[in-house]
Amino acid sequence: MSYLDKSLEEIHKALKEGKVTSKELIEESLKRAHEYQEEINSFVTICDDAKEEDITDNVLSGIPYAAKDNLSTKGVLTTASSNILADYVPVFDATCIKKLKEAGAVMMGKTVMDELGMGGTGTTGHTGVVKNPWDVTRMTAGSSAGSAACVAKGIVPYALGTDTGDSIRKPAGYCGIVGFKPTYGLVSRWGLFAFASSLDHVGCLTRNVKDAAYVIDAIKGIDENDMTSINSFNIKLVDNYTTNVKGKKLFYIKELNDELKNSKEYYDNFMKTLDYAKACGMEVTEESIDEDILKGIYPSYMAISCAEATSNNSNLTGIPFGNRKEGRTPDEVMINTRTEGFSELIRRRFVIGSFILQKENQEKLFKNAQRIRRLIVDKITKLFEKYDGLIMPNSDSIAPHFGETNDVMSDKYLLFAENLAIGNFGGFPSITIPSGIVDDMPVAINITGPIKSDSEVINIAAALEEKIGFVPLNVKEEK
Amino acid sequence: MYKVTIGLEVHCELESNSKVFSPAINGYTEAPNSHVAYQDLGFPGILPVANEEAVKRALKVSMAMNCKTPDEIIFDRKNYYYPDLPKGYQITQMTKPVGINGYVDIDVNGEIKRVDIHDTHLEEDTASLDHYDTYSLIDYNRSGIPLLETVTEPCLHSKEEALTFLETYRSLIVYCGVSEARSDKGQMRCDVNVSLSETEELGSKVEIKNINSFYNVGRAIDFEIERQTEILQNGGVVEQETRRLDDETGETFHMRSKVDAVDYKYFIEPNIAPTPVTDEMLEEIRKTIPMLQLDRKRKYMDEYGLSEYDAEVLVKVKEDSDFFQECVDAGADPKKACNWVTGMLMGYLNENEITIKDVPIKPVMIKELIDLVDNKTISSKQAKEVFECMIETGKEPNVIVKEKGMMQITDDNAIHDVVMEVLKENDEQARSYNPEKTRMIDFFVGQVMKKTRGKANPAKTMEMLREELANYNK
Repeated sequence: MSYLDKSLEEIHKALKEGKVTSKELIEESLKRAHEYQEEINSFVTICDDAKEEDITDNVLSGIPYAAKDNLSTKGVLTTASSNILADYVPVFDATCIKKLKEAGAVMMGKTVMDELGMGGTGTTGHTGVVKNPWDVTRMTAGSSAGSAACVAKGIVPYALGTDTGDSIRKPAGYCGIVGFKPTYGLVSRWGLFAFASSLDHVGCLTRNVKDAAYVIDAIKGIDENDMTSINSFNIKLVDNYTTNVKGKKLFYIKELNDELKNSKEYYDNFMKTLDYAKACGMEVTEESIDEDILKGIYPSYMAISCAEATSNNSNLTGIPFGNRKEGRTPDEVMINTRTEGFSELIRRRFVIGSFILQKENQEKLFKNAQRIRRLIVDKITKLFEKYDGLIMPNSDSIAPHFGETNDVMSDKYLLFAENLAIGNFGGFPSITIPSGIVDDMPVAINITGPIKSDSEVINIAAALEEKIGFVPLNVKEEK
Repeated sequence: MYKVTIGLEVHCELESNSKVFSPAINGYTEAPNSHVAYQDLGFPGILPVANEEAVKRALKVSMAMNCKTPDEIIFDRKNYYYPDLPKGYQITQMTKPVGINGYVDIDVNGEIKRVDIHDTHLEEDTASLDHYDTYSLIDYNRSGIPLLETVTEPCLHSKEEALTFLETYRSLIVYCGVSEARSDKGQMRCDVNVSLSETEELGSKVEIKNINSFYNVGRAIDFEIERQTEILQNGGVVEQETRRLDDETGETFHMRSKVDAVDYKYFIEPNIAPTPVTDEMLEEIRKTIPMLQLDRKRKYMDEYGLSEYDAEVLVKVKEDSDFFQECVDAGADPKKACNWVTGMLMGYLNENEITIKDVPIKPVMIKELIDLVDNKTISSKQAKEVFECMIETGKEPNVIVKEKGMMQITDDNAIHDVVMEVLKENDEQARSYNPEKTRMIDFFVGQVMKKTRGKANPAKTMEMLREELANYNK
């Protein structure tokens, strides 16, 4: 087995002992990236000129990683998988990228995503569809599609992703890896191409929980460029890492569980995971939440995210930068650039967002969505007074086949469509880990905890991970 | 005649080290696109960081206008597309402006009028555009410069009131030290709303946008009053619309109608966490607000007994007024201090086209100079000489008087000796002395001054000469 397929600690140890070099790891990573590109299409850009780094005491030093293509990388093409930014080369690094550089980590590529982060299928990027490494006839989900695929496939040990509704955790679940979105503000958003600022998070996709602790420890911290970033000097994920979670209290939501009963295998998997939780010495309790509130998550998420997105992406006019289309007047330039630059799905979201923000609709649509958001957050926060975390099925299905689902919004109240957005609504730390196999595809569960309880969330996930004993795809394939 | 109602929206750039949401320099430069940070170009991934200094300056103006301040500082996005707006939205304040419901008193020909302030809010300026025949250029230096927009209630009823408000507001800004507020540098711009009505109810609002000088505000108001009067007199209806002023002709032209009004889709800027406004913070700021122009003018007239003209001259420039006040605070008689400041001092400054900061003179020196004249150490004529030396060198008046040997002879015996000497030397004239002929006594005073090289106290000399001449012929 290549060192690339091991955990960060193991790779670091091997680097320290000289069993492998940074150069060899990078070469191997680039080789795999090219080799699997046609099969899974996880990269927009593969950085063939990636250089080895000195091995320091930092566990990340010398090890290659991939970053989602909506993170600003100085001198490296960053497209957000949109035609409108097809040639955009940023002039500054996102804070998370800068911090990884400082840690000696080596970025070897930029991963495909759903266009501008909007979408949950991994099929809307301008360079094509991302395929699930477990079964290439299935999608990865998104929007951090390429990041999930390349980590699952073993191209890199970890990748950076971003998460506005479930964009890290959903694809992580479908690809049988770990996806972690820390507390809002823990990682600076400077350099993250904004989708919905009040919901956007930077996080990571890894193959085990402890690796996530290492990555977030490296990129977190208060940032003078991000007024919403928080002081987190006392949050030390690696230092406080333990699988001893005896006495921790979890709750699950009755209404979600009832819904899941329709699909027996997923339900069984979730119940088995709850048994594991109990086996770890944790208390698990069922809590009921008004179904009307739960039904409100999907529409209010859509309202808030579309509204913020339409404003956030108004900078893409082709005037100061971007893929400009000519016109006779500046207005025409902007109209042509935006018409040709965005796919139909994106334009649809912008129209919805604009509609929601219109003076006559704001109160009913935007402000009400914010009220529902507040209701949900208050309810969950109240429950967190009694519990250390919420445990949820990550999804009510395995990764769908292409064509089975699309990003056209549904008019139905779907409980599982956006259940993970609870974490974004409240800025709660939220981690998804694989919980087993159904129909030869991975299924996953999610742990979400109170604000700033990132360490506890990591540890609960780590304890479950140990009990579940999931074998990642790359390791399985090597065998 | 129709009742004219005017409301103003005044934009003023604030001074600060950096721009309001980016670290780029907030300062004038000839070189286009040189004071530009990533934020000012709206690059993907940028985030705003609110400039504390600019917020405090905005709060200062808000408080100086007696506005109600908010409990926290938050910002809103105003969404619209324009080539000079790189982010596609402007960060401004809608939900909680830095000030609401304030007022500013203005002096319209001696009548005090209270102008109600609807609100004042902090926002970022746009880039500036230069249009040419076949292309346009964008300069992002202005993008992100802190801008304070103050909106009055529609409570002004003539061009004169509007212009007086603008002058008063400008002086308030300058007195608060938050901006030079110069329209020739584009630091002040104005939107004017004009409506005419026969009743108490307001007529249709016509807005004239982006006027770049007070002079043009006056022209726009004149033109609109005339235009709307004509429409109404002919039985027509004034359309609610936005117009622009042609600088060349002074005429206004249609820009857009009410139906085309832009929906700016305001919502709270999610990237700027709310900052609480504490009482301590407000108190700190309040301490820095100086007494304003009109209050000073009233004080000078009521307390110091100065004429309206003098008071106005003194308060025109804050630094001059500060200087005058310090003279008085140092113990100088207000009227005498006023004479020195408005006369010799301002004369010198105007002649040399400099400001009070450019001369080494200190208020306490004026006080000393007045004292030297009052206690007859020097004559008022000498005082002028001392002043000229003082303003050039910054030396204290006492030092100058000593250096120039100007100390008057006030010792009675010394003067008496010289007086007697002069009489003896001019025996003939002394004998023919006639108290009716004032020229005669001037001659003797002149002789005494000649002998003492001007140091003899003139009043004493005169007194002594009269007495001795009267005795001389007995």
